[in-house]
Amino acid sequence: MTRFLLRRSLLAILTLFAVSVLTFLMFFVLPRDPVSGMCPKNCNPERLERVRRELGLSDPKIDQYLAYMKGIFVGRDLGSAQGGHCDAPCLGYSYVNNEPVSETIARVLPVTLSIVIPAAILWLGLGIGLGMVSALRQGTWVDRVAIGFSLTGASLQLYFVGGVLLLVFTYQLGIAPVPHYTPLLENPADWAGGLVLAWLALAFLFSAIYARLSRAQMVETLSEDFVRTARAKGLPNSQVYGRHALRAAITPLVTIAGIDIGAALGGTVITEITFGLQGLGRTAVGAVHAGDLPMIMATVLVAAFFIVVANIAVDLLYAAIDPRVRL
Amino acid sequence: MKTRAKAIPDVGPITAAQEFVGRSPGRFAWERLRRDRTAIVTGSMLAAFLVIALAAPLIELLYGIGPHEQFQHELDSFGMPLGVAGGISGEHWFGLEPGLGRDIFIRMVYGLRTSLVIAISAATITTTLGVVAGVVAGYLGRWSDTVIGWLIDFALAMPFLIVALAVAPTVALRFYDERDEVPAEFQAIVLVTIFAVFGWAGTARLVRGQVISLREREFVDAARASGAGVGHILFRELLPNLWAPILVSYSLAVPAYITAEAALSFLGIGMLEPTPDFGRMIDRSLGYLQTDPAYVFFPGITIFAVVFAFNLFGDALRDALDPRSSRSPLP
Repeated sequence: MTRFLLRRSLLAILTLFAVSVLTFLMFFVLPRDPVSGMCPKNCNPERLERVRRELGLSDPKIDQYLAYMKGIFVGRDLGSAQGGHCDAPCLGYSYVNNEPVSETIARVLPVTLSIVIPAAILWLGLGIGLGMVSALRQGTWVDRVAIGFSLTGASLQLYFVGGVLLLVFTYQLGIAPVPHYTPLLENPADWAGGLVLAWLALAFLFSAIYARLSRAQMVETLSEDFVRTARAKGLPNSQVYGRHALRAAITPLVTIAGIDIGAALGGTVITEITFGLQGLGRTAVGAVHAGDLPMIMATVLVAAFFIVVANIAVDLLYAAIDPRVRL
Repeated sequence: MKTRAKAIPDVGPITAAQEFVGRSPGRFAWERLRRDRTAIVTGSMLAAFLVIALAAPLIELLYGIGPHEQFQHELDSFGMPLGVAGGISGEHWFGLEPGLGRDIFIRMVYGLRTSLVIAISAATITTTLGVVAGVVAGYLGRWSDTVIGWLIDFALAMPFLIVALAVAPTVALRFYDERDEVPAEFQAIVLVTIFAVFGWAGTARLVRGQVISLREREFVDAARASGAGVGHILFRELLPNLWAPILVSYSLAVPAYITAEAALSFLGIGMLEPTPDFGRMIDRSLGYLQTDPAYVFFPGITIFAVVFAFNLFGDALRDALDPRSSRSPLP
């Protein structure tokens, strides 16, 4: 177990390291002057030169990379123009926003978390529930409705569903407010009201996929010997389905769910754009359009971090659920 | 996915009467596919979409309106199309775009072309790369497996959408000035390249797993014992047993790339104006959600129909190729 964790963590660090080198190379080696992107059009050459020096862009590339990495782990001094000393998870300074990148991330991350976590609970519950019910009622109308739902959802585009939801619930019926973000602790009702359409859109599309997968898994599991054994020894149906079959059927879904949630935490780009919510994804898009390199780099790294952590979490969960897996 | 005993190639009956015609697994699959109603319907839909995409210039000729023509005189002073539901008429079947006044129908015909060309080339390239990488890693094992395995993990750990978001505009700036118009072909090549860099890993992982379970089988041992080279074993012995999962993953990769391409274009980093594209159309239409709701429905429903048909066809194909792994939710 310890050995497994150690090996996975090392591999994860290696992967994150490779991601960081790659993104760094992409932005700093490509012949796009990062400074002119940070400065409005009327920048004079002296100011450009000064910015370049302050950012350390005249240093060798490897020094720039090392300084950046050092900033993440122990913090570093960025110079007075960039707000002086930058504490430990230092991801650089954004000239576009005029603040340290880590502060922007700290501000937008709760938005993405508030979108993803409730949506994930909704889509897992709805998807797996629907899949189980339709597997147990194979061939009935319930099954057919569930199949239709999952086939439709799996082929729809998020921005289209989002647009239709906005059109119907906000503009036509006026039931849902225009999407916005209020911190949960400030006003829970407003928090939920502002995000409910985003949750519904995400939950609809994702639960379609999970309904499909969990139905298939459950159908397969129900034909296995241990289910027949459980029935033969006289267990009530609720025990057979709820305890024996469900656990076996749900295991493969854990992998997919973990990866989906990890990827979503890195920025639900399309959801955030469609509903106009300022989370990590929308920040990344904004940074790309503004040419804000430190910001782009940070969003890529944060997103990769979530995916890598999700992968490890999935392996651990897998071992916890499936007794056959030994780490 | 389980492997089956069809690994043994069809050598024909030895003692059976001559008139008995041996049927290959492919032949069986084809017959199962032909009997599947879903496969027939979705297959014909896909064929129709392909024909429309390929014949776009011909349709333009018959329809009499080009994708870049503007009909400003048919818009009101706010730039909204005159007439019902976004200006639907005998002349403009799906109405006009608000603002620019371009014909929606012909832009969708060309948009289908953009979408399918990119998705099919991306799927073909990623599948080829994935198969080669997966076969090499699975069969040769050792360090090549370690390296490719790590590359697979790495490619899957990259946050695809965000990296694509960061790379696509940067690459264009490498070759074109900020003020230049980036040609559509260039942008399409960039998109296909991005898909190829990230997309091969999924197929590679699938193929690698299959190869590992096949390489210890008797027929591979037999080939090796009779002195077959690595190339022969890989491509003549193993590959024919892999085409079923590869074909299925290919048929499901195409709709995935249609979705991905539209998503990138929706975010403004895929295909750019004035190239007709579903993602861009939906992006534009969201701005007119309150004033011209009909605009969002045509591209939204068309792309849904295309992806839906591909997904259903992929499922039917899986059932036909591997009836035992009938995991599709279709009864």
